[in-house]
Amino acid sequence: MKQLSTKVTSNGHGQDSSYFLGWEEYEKNPYDEIKNPDGIIQMGLAENQLCFDLIETWLAKNPDAAGLKKDGQSIFKELALFQDYHGLPEFKKALAEFMEEIRGNRVTFDPSKIVLAAGSTSANETLMFCLAEPGDAFLLPTPYYPGFDRDLKWRTGAEIVPIHCTSSNGFQITESALQQAYQQAQKLDLKVKGVLVTNPSNPLGTMLTRREINLLVDFISSKNIHLISDEIYSGTVFGFEQFVSVMDVLKDKNLENSEVSKRVHVVYSLSKDLGLPGFRVGAIYSNDEMVVSAATKMSSFGLVSSQTQYLLSALLSDKKFTSKYLDENQKRLKIRQKQLVSGLEAAGVTCLKSNAGLFCWVDMRHLLDTNTFEAELELWKKIVYEVKLNISPGSSCHCTEPGWFRVCFANMSEDTLDLAMKRLKEYVESTDSRRMISKSSHERIKSLRKRTVSNWVFRVSWTDRVPDER
Amino acid sequence: MVSLATEKKQDLNLLSRIASGDGHGENSSYFEGWKAYEENPFHPIDRPDGVIQMGLAENQLCGDLMRKWVIEHPEASICTEQGVNQFSDIAIFQDYHGLPEFRQAVAKFMEKTRNNRVKFDPDRIVMSGGATGAHETVAFCLANPGDGFLVPTPYYPGFDRDLRWRTGVNLVPVTCHSSDGFKITVEALEDAYEKALLSNIPVKGLLMTNPSNPLGTTLDRECLKSLVNFTNEKRIHLIADEIYAATTFGQSEFISVAEVIEEIEDCNRDLIHIVYSLSKDMGLPGFRVGIIYSYNDRVVQIARKMSSFGLVSSQTQRLIAKMLSDEDFVDEFIRESKLRLAARHKELTTGLDGLGIGWLKAEAGLFLWMDLRNLLKTATFDSETELWRVIVHQVKLNVSPGGSFHCHEPGWFRVCFANMDHKTMETALERIRVFTSQLEEETKPVAAAPMMAKKKKKCWQSNLRLSFSDKRRFDDGFFSPHSPVPPSPLVRAQT
Repeated sequence: MKQLSTKVTSNGHGQDSSYFLGWEEYEKNPYDEIKNPDGIIQMGLAENQLCFDLIETWLAKNPDAAGLKKDGQSIFKELALFQDYHGLPEFKKALAEFMEEIRGNRVTFDPSKIVLAAGSTSANETLMFCLAEPGDAFLLPTPYYPGFDRDLKWRTGAEIVPIHCTSSNGFQITESALQQAYQQAQKLDLKVKGVLVTNPSNPLGTMLTRREINLLVDFISSKNIHLISDEIYSGTVFGFEQFVSVMDVLKDKNLENSEVSKRVHVVYSLSKDLGLPGFRVGAIYSNDEMVVSAATKMSSFGLVSSQTQYLLSALLSDKKFTSKYLDENQKRLKIRQKQLVSGLEAAGVTCLKSNAGLFCWVDMRHLLDTNTFEAELELWKKIVYEVKLNISPGSSCHCTEPGWFRVCFANMSEDTLDLAMKRLKEYVESTDSRRMISKSSHERIKSLRKRTVSNWVFRVSWTDRVPDER
Repeated sequence: MVSLATEKKQDLNLLSRIASGDGHGENSSYFEGWKAYEENPFHPIDRPDGVIQMGLAENQLCGDLMRKWVIEHPEASICTEQGVNQFSDIAIFQDYHGLPEFRQAVAKFMEKTRNNRVKFDPDRIVMSGGATGAHETVAFCLANPGDGFLVPTPYYPGFDRDLRWRTGVNLVPVTCHSSDGFKITVEALEDAYEKALLSNIPVKGLLMTNPSNPLGTTLDRECLKSLVNFTNEKRIHLIADEIYAATTFGQSEFISVAEVIEEIEDCNRDLIHIVYSLSKDMGLPGFRVGIIYSYNDRVVQIARKMSSFGLVSSQTQRLIAKMLSDEDFVDEFIRESKLRLAARHKELTTGLDGLGIGWLKAEAGLFLWMDLRNLLKTATFDSETELWRVIVHQVKLNVSPGGSFHCHEPGWFRVCFANMDHKTMETALERIRVFTSQLEEETKPVAAAPMMAKKKKKCWQSNLRLSFSDKRRFDDGFFSPHSPVPPSPLVRAQT
């Protein structure tokens, strides 16, 4: 064991989390309408599969881009040799403009401040390497995307300290929660280097309010720390309210060229808005030229394939396409989310009111036997193995309250979503009737529950400073 | 009011040491030459006096074959009419195991480039962001901050960044000498190992590049066996960077470490890892196809999880899978690539032979290890740098000085030949010819006055000093003592 690094021998990759275990179960028995109609339906994957037809139509109309040609001539050779870590200029320009369009052209993005990365996974890790020393901490509001435990901490040695958010106010970030988290970090002797938020939020599907972003900007300003705003779901906003980016707030507060603005960094990706996770297109946007410079050099470890850059520069430069796409994407997401919400309601299940993202934050607290994470995991196991739906338990997202689940809706057909809701309804109804029949069976179940769940419950990261010897 | 100096200091504290330091290694002279090239790149028509890039180890000789294949196989793209039915499946495919057909095709290609003498298991193939990403990931898997890897010199300058920058790992050089053709000897390995221990650096592995960058040599069977035995005995890892595997030509043969371990009884395969890429053999650096192939199951598992930080674009995986599955194409490509490399290599070496310039005998890689030791004023690296600056800024060839490769001895330069066409090679050789013939004229003893000869040499030297900052175009006759040397602005300023 000594022959391998501690990164290998510990479980810092975070893949023992239930978030990933559910995926594994799905892989063993995946639903297919024809081949495996009783299989597990994947509702744990935040993918956007609703608008491929739009991209395919565009490809058919744009044979040059599709065929790696420019003015009818193959530029295959030039692309094959292009490995400049500054990226294809036309791609960064198109990406900057796309980001502006998503924000209603209210703010501008300078292409020279964009650093490309292999997906937002790589973008987030690279930012950590640039901003934090091993042992430094970033504050993150809970619940948060489980992948952050790997992306932000694993190879960087950085720590995450949670900002506790609760259902009492719709999981919004409060000043007292922020201060508490900061003090907790200090108690643990961790130097806080910044705050990282996902806006719109994964797993909540809500957008940060202007009040919250103002609070964050004021906070980092006073503490002289960084703010990373992961805005990879910015193009999935489908509600009536406008998406407010941290860039909007900086502009409104006249902080655009200030010292504070140099400590605000945006992470973006085309994996969610355009539904192209396989292409590995991520980006860091920073006003700090040292960060841009260092991150650019680091991008050597995960550049975007030039073949992909070329295709996407053509796609995103077509403003007719991008405007139509964003509009249509919004419409389809809204319809699909509504379908999920109504389906849940029919099963007597509510969710957090949301207007963005590819998922809903579902409240199943009333289905728990006890208000504990053990009960949440018991319920989750039933849903995966009996109801055959892979959804993500809130504990894997570090939620402080048991009973919440993230349920995705944009990665399946309408019919599959219908079926999923039917299954859930049947399960809830059967559970209700079972509950009514025998109250004492509850006691029996409790005593039968022998398996410890400590391996399943993903401990909040800062208590895990010593990796387990496995 | 905070002073500017204090503000800057605060700025630095806001970033990590990794970001604010220079561990990225880009202040090395290796990169300085690139910058000179970028400011004034050679073009046969638009910029005939520009800098010719001979510092970039790229394989551009078979781009036409590749282009032809891509045009003839539109189904390999997920964007064309013939392939778009696969678009959505591929676009959402982000499984870090990679497309099975991609792994199978890469495994097959690796076998072909080793003359089918070994088998590679597609399930051991792990993707990475180019070989750059592969090396960093391997370092993260095998070593903790403060640990060390032994690396035979001279070695690729990028290793200083790839293996050390974000990982905190040390590189311990294993000195190889020109006196025995830069062979890696067990004595040198033991020596380096001891030195590391004395410096309190726990040695975790040995990294070697075979075929070698920058030497272009391949390791013979005995040497490979000795490396496997050395590392096995010390219970340290052996990382074989084989990214130039298919660039052997002429008489030389490439023997992979994969082959050698089959011949060693009780070889501890948990210590054997191969780094590979399609950037050199296939000339596709832009597509970022890096591969880690490890015989250690745990390393495969963890490296695969780490590959999330640098997966190969699924669009590219699909194209490569289709291309490398076309066995006829692959066979033709490898064959043709070797022939063209051999021809270009011959052109360069014949040219250098004619000028009495020495080079290390080697038949692999995309470059030559050129011997200019006799042109150094003194056998020092300062002298080498001075000579190098003349070559970059006056002769206008970007070659890479041996010092940037950590060579033990000054005077060696790496010259790339596979990234240019025949005409450019001719131009480069002509420039070298002119340079060396002028040097000969300069240093030819003039019968009458020894003083004069000395003066002439001084002339050349002073030109050297001045010309470094002189960005003017100059004619071929610049170094000739017979034509008036145009006064440099610096001289004018002094008088």
